[in-house]
Formats: sequence, C-alpha cells, structure tokens
Amino acid sequence: MPFAASAERNVTNRRVVVTGTGMISALGTGTEKNWQAMLAGKSGIGLVTRFDPGKIDARIAGEVKDFVPEEFIDRREVRRMDLFAQYAMAAADMAVKESGIPIGLDTPNGYAPEKVGVIVGSGIGGISSLEEQHRKGLEKGFDRLSPFFIIQMIVNMAPGLISMRYNCKGPNWAPVSACATSAHAIGEAWKSIRLGETDAAIAGGAEASITPLGLGGFAVMKALSTRNDDPAGSSRPFDKERDGFVMGEGAGIIILEEMEAAKKRGANILAELVGYGANSDAYHVTQPAPEGEGAARCMRLALQTAGMRPEDVGYINAHGTSTEFNDANETKAIKTVFGDHARKLAVSSTKSMTGHMLGAAGGAEAVVSVQVLTRNVLPPTINQTTPDPTCDLDYVPNHARDAKVDAVMSNSFGFGGTNAVLLFKRFK
Amino acid sequence: MSTSTIDPKVVESKVKSIIADQLGVGEDEIKPESSFIEDLGADSLDIVELVMAMEEEFEVEIPDEEAENIKTVGDAINYINTHKK
Repeated sequence: MPFAASAERNVTNRRVVVTGTGMISALGTGTEKNWQAMLAGKSGIGLVTRFDPGKIDARIAGEVKDFVPEEFIDRREVRRMDLFAQYAMAAADMAVKESGIPIGLDTPNGYAPEKVGVIVGSGIGGISSLEEQHRKGLEKGFDRLSPFFIIQMIVNMAPGLISMRYNCKGPNWAPVSACATSAHAIGEAWKSIRLGETDAAIAGGAEASITPLGLGGFAVMKALSTRNDDPAGSSRPFDKERDGFVMGEGAGIIILEEMEAAKKRGANILAELVGYGANSDAYHVTQPAPEGEGAARCMRLALQTAGMRPEDVGYINAHGTSTEFNDANETKAIKTVFGDHARKLAVSSTKSMTGHMLGAAGGAEAVVSVQVLTRNVLPPTINQTTPDPTCDLDYVPNHARDAKVDAVMSNSFGFGGTNAVLLFKRFK
Repeated sequence: MSTSTIDPKVVESKVKSIIADQLGVGEDEIKPESSFIEDLGADSLDIVELVMAMEEEFEVEIPDEEAENIKTVGDAINYINTHKK
C-alpha cells in the first residue's frame, strides 16, 4: 500500500536550504562540468590507469582525470593530505564559493563560527596512504613511516581540514557508512540545523579508493563489472546486461543554511532539504533485504519527516549501482512505497556515468538532485539497451529529459545494510 | 658511496633542497639563520619528516634528543657536517 503522510510534524521545524554545491567525479571537476557531461549522457568510465590491476578481473573504473589539487590547496598542504581529503577540500571550496556563505560575526549577516558544522565522511578514507606506508614499513621498517601517515588516513581529517580553512567551530565529524556515507552526512547536518544545534553546515563526502586494495577487495567479492572491453558500457543500472558496479571516486559537498538566516543574508537559495530517512536492513552484510524492505522503509521515513505524500515526488535519483541485487530490489522498494505513482515518476541512476563513488555517492547525487530542481532537466541512465522485466520503471533511458518536478528523492544504500534517503524540494 | 667526501657546500645545498621540497618554500627564502618553526612555518610533524629525510639523505642518525636542538637551517647543516661518516 502506498504510504499516507502523517499529519503530525516534528516539534522542531526550522527549515533548511541548500545554497552551494561542489562536485568532483570522473566526469570532471566542478558542478557545471559534471552536469553538462550528464546532460550529454557521457560515461566517465575507462581502463584503470593509476596502477596496473594485474590479475584483478575488473580493470575499469571512473577515475578523476582533470583534478589539480594546487588549484584549491596550498602546495605544501597537498603533500600532507590523502587524495580523498584533497577532493573533500576542493569540493568544499567550490560549494563555499558558490554559496558565498559568510562565516564570522565580523561579516555582514555572518554566522557565528560556533554555529557552523562540518559533517563530511568517506567510506574508506586514506587507503592509498595506508597502502604506501605499509609498503614503506615492510621495506624500511615501521619506524620510518611518514609522520603524516595517520592524519592522511583517518576519515575525520576531511571535515577537520575544512573547519580550519573556513573557521567552522561547530560540530565536526565524519560518518562512515559505506555507500550511504555522504547521504548520512547531509541528513545529519540537516537534523543539526533543524534542531538549532547549528545554523549552517558544510556536508557531504569524498572517496579515493581506486587502489590495488580497493579494486581488488571489491573484485574478489564479485561485486564489480568485468566488462573490461567496453568501459563506457560497463555501468548499466537496471539494464538486463548489467554485471556489477564500477568503482568511481571524487566528492560531493553542499552548503546547508537555516532558511530564515539564508533569506536574511540574501543568499541564492537553490533548493530546500525537506526530508531524511536513516535505517538498517538488519539482514545481510552485502545483500539488500528481500523485496528491498529496508530501502522501502527508509524512503517512507524521508517522506514522513517532510510531511509529504509519495505523489509529491517527481524524480528519484536512484542508488542504482548496476548490480543484479540492488537494482531489482530498489525497483521493488520504489513500487512498494509509491504504488501506482511509481509508474508516473522518473527514476535515474547517474552512477551509469560517474561509476559508484561509494562514500562520495550520496553527496554527489545530492548535488545532482539540486541541479534537477534548479535547471528543470532530468539526467539519464545511460546504457539502457536490454530491458529487464524486474526493472520496469521509467529510468530516463539514455537521454536527458526536460521536466519540471517539485520534489526529488535521492537514495543511498550501503554494505552492512545501512540506508539513507534525502528529499529535496523546489524552494518556494 | 662514502659521505665523507661531501663538500659542506653540497650539504648546504641538499639540505636547502629538502626543506624547499617539504615545506613548499623557495630556496632563496632559506637562510642558515632561518628558524624552521618561526621563519619557515614548519610544525612538529614537518620537523620529524625533515629529520627523517636528512637521515636518509646523509646516512646519519639524528637521535630525538639531538633533533630537539636543531632549530635553524644552520643547526641542521652543522649537525650533518660534524656527524656524517
């Protein structure tokens, strides 16, 4: 049965708006580059170039190709940061610049630094630094490790570094929940502002785990596509010929502000974040619960917190990983929650173009969700050639589509059975 | 290769090059009297890394209690000149 929204609203109703976005993926550095590539239905996937995959059966990934860290970070600082933290810093920089968020009471309508949080996570963190330093330890001894190793590896260094740059003295932490990480980050930042703990936040996630351990680890789980002879066609969510996900990397970070404060400072409000659901399948380490039961509950939670009905949602940016299990179960979950409306709304997976950015996916897809609301175009799911009877919704196949929708849902589900769903609305 | 043949001028130029690389400063800013922390902006972790890099470059061992006394570029150069094998 479709879910009917509860008339009751939470006690604290401060509204939260999005005022800036920053995104880095295999499609490029910057929200605009990513959006244009998505409208063109471009794949960012190619053969792995960063290292020799050797005997790993998956030899393809969505590597970021155009990132120049020194454009965002002091050269000296770059050396002290793992790549994932560099992506986080750069995406935060782009988001802060786009929003023009004033931090500091000495600036007009500035936020008190103590009321600005940074919640930025990563699924895995500084794994390339870990691999490099382990190798160094074996070769030269574990007393010869870099003194920067630990700060490169730990996940919360990303929000830590961001707070130092922008003087954000509010809550500062890093969720780690696999592929739901950055959706959790954004949802928890939303909660924090809604409850009055903070007035603004920098939230999202970053990932840079296309390394021998990362690629090899997912490959031996048989989670990855092995369509090595057709990299651009390898990530094909919902298509019958899909054979696993493709690793991506990068970052997605947004700026959230309490609505009244944002209006007061004359911010350019891009969208409103109106709902957030977080829950667990409590079922299996990697497989979704049958029928997508946990995912369905989570989508309902997001609707409930927003006080919205399923019919209000016009587009879902799906988790859509291109694995057999996810795509079929997510489709079932959408049907469970949306009933007849599931046939009317549009669903697409931008992972078909970026690859699966893991801990950065929810953040990047939040950036995409906001673009859908501001630009009135739905990004496609590319590589739709062979319909799968278990995946029979409107996935915006192969071509972007003009459409004005008022609410966008973004799904993120992670290994460990963890789920996070965000709900964005056109700002009025 | 024995390090005993290294000219003090070579030591100075190599030390400056390591510092320039690790601290991201121009070699012309690095003077013998430059303090790592006050003039070159190093923190305690940078100093650990610099000491390790110098140990590897010049095949000397710089014990922690000696490293604590190395405050300036000149201190580092002097230490290496007097302790290199």
